[in-house]
Amino acid sequence: MALAARSIMTPPSGTRSTLEQAEMASLIARVSERRDRLAFAALFDAYSPRLKSFMMKKGAGAELAEDLVQDTMLAVWTKASFYSAEKGSVTTWIYTIARNLRIDRLRRESTVHFTEIDGFDAPDEGPASDHIMIRSQEDRFVSEALATLPPEQKQILMLSYSDDLAQSEISEKLGIPLGTVKSRMRLAYRKLKSALEDRT
Amino acid sequence: MTIRHHLDEATILAYAAGTLNEAFSVVVAAHVSVCPSCRAAVRQAEAVGGNLLEQTDAVAVSADTRARMMAQLDVVAPLNTLERSRSITSPITSRELPRPLARLLGGSSLDEIRWRALAPGIAVHDLPLSPQARGHLKLLRIGAGKAMPEHGHGGEEITLILKGAYRDKFGEFRAGDVADLDESIEHSPVVTEDGPCICLIATEAPTRMKGLFARMLQPWFGI
Ligand SMILES: [Zn+2]
Repeated sequence: MALAARSIMTPPSGTRSTLEQAEMASLIARVSERRDRLAFAALFDAYSPRLKSFMMKKGAGAELAEDLVQDTMLAVWTKASFYSAEKGSVTTWIYTIARNLRIDRLRRESTVHFTEIDGFDAPDEGPASDHIMIRSQEDRFVSEALATLPPEQKQILMLSYSDDLAQSEISEKLGIPLGTVKSRMRLAYRKLKSALEDRT
Repeated sequence: MTIRHHLDEATILAYAAGTLNEAFSVVVAAHVSVCPSCRAAVRQAEAVGGNLLEQTDAVAVSADTRARMMAQLDVVAPLNTLERSRSITSPITSRELPRPLARLLGGSSLDEIRWRALAPGIAVHDLPLSPQARGHLKLLRIGAGKAMPEHGHGGEEITLILKGAYRDKFGEFRAGDVADLDESIEHSPVVTEDGPCICLIATEAPTRMKGLFARMLQPWFGI
């Protein structure tokens, strides 16, 4: 499966991507099936520097960032068998784990554990095999769609995903009405959705 | 379950980005757990996060952290598929409640909720959030045939219908449907005659209501 998926992929255009998703999925499978430490070490080396940077961009100091990297990668180790291609690429799956653990760390005293609420480890309906093929290319379509967004829509996405600002905070920061923030988010999402659906 | 009313696309993006507040996240997760179409939308929006993670610059992780991580692997074993299915089905399962809400209620059913009466035919149950949380999360039970006073929203509000149904100018909202309303919208829901309507509501700021009766009700209402 991994090899078949790889053979239909063409090199991503206009990205600095080095995380080849079919390869990442086979590393995850090795961890899940054989507790393969070398496969895990490869995943750690591929993802931990990005995860650290991701956490620091959202305001974590170096120490806390490394702590969250460890938590995230430990969840990758223990929950590798929960990964399914239906949830998206390995990178997207690791993103959701990191996002959820970070939210839980911020709400330490909460009884509401976002890692449980979100259910990223919940089962999915079994994907059809052609679906997996499509997923393996999804990352490329997403980055192409993001590259074609008008600057004001892209800016809102960066402020949300990267700078961790809520809609109301974006509205304040840019001095535009909340309704405008929302409509730009809707337009950006629709563009992404149609880019993904046109290809499939 | 046929779902007719879905989440706003802007809400889906904010959830995927992880910037939605605690109360809103629970309502979104609860709807997403019963709605395949919004679930697919969330997955697409999460791919944006995956993409940005991929594009982000690398910051070197200390050799010490890496060594500690590898040492931990001896202590913590991966969950196998058997444990996986166990962790999914237990300890909390519920036929009537979306899983995220069932987890929050510790396995209680809707019949076991301890309601606090607000007004004739209207009862509320507050759900706990972390101390610094800004929003409010509550269950609301409104009697059959009851009309809610016309109200706008002092802030954002998301409602998920769990049981029963209500009607307003946007149509009929039944179990699984979500009303993801802008603060500028005013509506006056009426619960259908079939039975009480129970919903899960996340709010950001107090709801302001129109009319004298409604304003008298507001202090108790607190939604
Ligand atoms: Zn939906």
